[in-house]
Amino acid sequence: MSDSHGPQAKAYWKENIRLVLSLLTIWFVASFGMGILFADILDEFRFFGFKFGFWMAQQGSIFCFVILIFIYVYKMNKLDHKYGVDEDRDHFTPDDTYYENKEPEE
Amino acid sequence: MDVQTLTFIFVGTTFALYIGIAIWARAGNTDDFYVAGGGVPPLANGMATAADWMSAASFISMAGIISFVGRDGAVYLMGWTGGYVLLALLLAPYLRKFGKYTVPDFIGDRYYSDIARLVAVVCVLFVSFTYVAGQMRGVGIVFSRFLEVEITTGVLIGMTIVFFYAVLGGMKGITYTQVAQYCVLIFAFLVPAIFISILMTGNPVPQLGFGSTLADGSNIYLLDKLDQLSTELGFAAYTAGNKSTIDVFFITAALMVGTAGLPHVIVRFFTVPKVRDARISAGYALVFIAILYTTAPALASFARVNLINTVSNTEYKLTPSWFKNWENTNLIAWVDKNQDGKIQYFSGKAFSGKPQFLKTRGPEGERQISNTSTANNNELYIDRDIMVLANPEIANLPNWVIALVAAGGLAAALSTAAGLLLVISTSISHDLLKKMFLKNITDRQELFFARVSAAFAIIIAGYFGIHPPGFVAQVVAFAFGLAASSFFPVILMGIFSKRMNREGAISGMITGLAFTAGYIIYFKFIDPSANSAENWWFGISPEGIGTMGMVFNFIVAILVSRVTAPPPDEIKDMVDDIRIPQGAGASYHHLES
Repeated sequence: MSDSHGPQAKAYWKENIRLVLSLLTIWFVASFGMGILFADILDEFRFFGFKFGFWMAQQGSIFCFVILIFIYVYKMNKLDHKYGVDEDRDHFTPDDTYYENKEPEE
Repeated sequence: MDVQTLTFIFVGTTFALYIGIAIWARAGNTDDFYVAGGGVPPLANGMATAADWMSAASFISMAGIISFVGRDGAVYLMGWTGGYVLLALLLAPYLRKFGKYTVPDFIGDRYYSDIARLVAVVCVLFVSFTYVAGQMRGVGIVFSRFLEVEITTGVLIGMTIVFFYAVLGGMKGITYTQVAQYCVLIFAFLVPAIFISILMTGNPVPQLGFGSTLADGSNIYLLDKLDQLSTELGFAAYTAGNKSTIDVFFITAALMVGTAGLPHVIVRFFTVPKVRDARISAGYALVFIAILYTTAPALASFARVNLINTVSNTEYKLTPSWFKNWENTNLIAWVDKNQDGKIQYFSGKAFSGKPQFLKTRGPEGERQISNTSTANNNELYIDRDIMVLANPEIANLPNWVIALVAAGGLAAALSTAAGLLLVISTSISHDLLKKMFLKNITDRQELFFARVSAAFAIIIAGYFGIHPPGFVAQVVAFAFGLAASSFFPVILMGIFSKRMNREGAISGMITGLAFTAGYIIYFKFIDPSANSAENWWFGISPEGIGTMGMVFNFIVAILVSRVTAPPPDEIKDMVDDIRIPQGAGASYHHLES
């Protein structure tokens, strides 16, 4: 795709926004929700030696953040590929064999 | 071998390594100097970002603070990691596609305005200098305690090392030394944590030991024991917080957004070859950071139990040597209020202010202080900064572990200092000189100015390290508050809103900045006595006010942009262009020509 203003680019951007918003929702729930706002309620539940709200605030949310970024990277790379905006369109590098086994989403 | 010899060996070896890397990775042109030629592999960039980000505060102070505040410490844990999600999803890939050298570059170009650029440069310089002063103080503390040299000598040695690889190697030298420094600091942080976790809970993984039962046969969970010990001594339960929910919410948000807006972190994503690399290296960076950040709260709880068990109700004469060593570096003080020769450790301050040591010793051999004692029964003052450094000694670990921690603390402080100094020098040579005042200089001249300003910045930072201004701790809130309330909104809207224009961005930045700075200055400097929850707006402390500043920035920017002219078409085209990854390599085409 050479035109960064065309309808393809708009569709790509829209999907991107939807992905980012859904991941940020999880991000918010895991940290501000479970670690802060509802932590007192979650503290009623035990998780090994932890109160669950305490664990979310000091450990769990951080694990969630890491996982979220990797999901984002995976999904975005697929999205780039779907719309043909990824950076290896013209020359296949070893990295691209990664995509060959994947079914395109459409 | 004794601790001091081992420390000399460890610190000497790591320093030789850093210098070796610097000589190997010299910068040949401004591309090398500013962004390491844009050729850093993502995994290396992840490590470098982690070292860049984790400062003396993360390595030395954070676990100590958590150890004393318990649950409320979560604001730092979540705040300083959650920002990476924002960075990875909202900023890093697009800024990489934009493909210039600095944050002011983006703001100046996107908002087609040198005023916007100048406001950004001023913020960058303020944020970075605030931060770097703290790093140099960290270097000073480690040197004075472990190598028993004057703080001044320690800071001078640190300055020389940083000078070497920052001035010579620029971003290229810094990147690869940061990779080495990450390895040193994470090893130094994990080894004592694993040791202590095994000793206390029998579980070698600190994150699991944190939630396990104690190994002393009592079959009580560590955290339950800690809650019990804390409440017995009059502290709040460790797993319950003191701060109000709204304040915790706002502080966490300010730290997260501030993290995403910190220029020395953002600039790291300009150094990778592709947009895809920028995304994944943010992921790697957070993995490397999370290793330390999930260990820190575990270590904090171990340290707390150990500390209480060791000092509470112990005769001063029978305290272990670490106690007296840290007393001799002014970071522990004891007043025998009830004159029984034993240390009473309870909630509350033992005396007002920081300890002012006299030359004399008391009846038990303790160092006497001139402070007025408070009426409560607590007799002990412990500086929070010592917990990580003293931990191996408190837990009776071998000498080489203690030496390792010293080398790790220095790695953390130096790596962050170098990253900040680079941002400062780039702001001066590139944003101020090349882009605004001396537009006709050649690449060689610009590189020369970059080196001179790096050298200058090191001298100023060193000065702050030797003569730490009393306000360092207070202004840390500034660094995050300003980054959150100024940079983050304008960068975000620069990418996600094509309608956002020059007028909106400038008025937004100034509003966010003025509001946040005003609030912090009022409570920290003008009327510090009023700095308590009942006087704060909606109960939000100065540490968390950056979040509110950010909201104001967004509101003002959007309102102003709607009543002023939209940005020119070429800017809209530029925004369209940074939204798709394709062609990012082209930003560096001038390298090949």
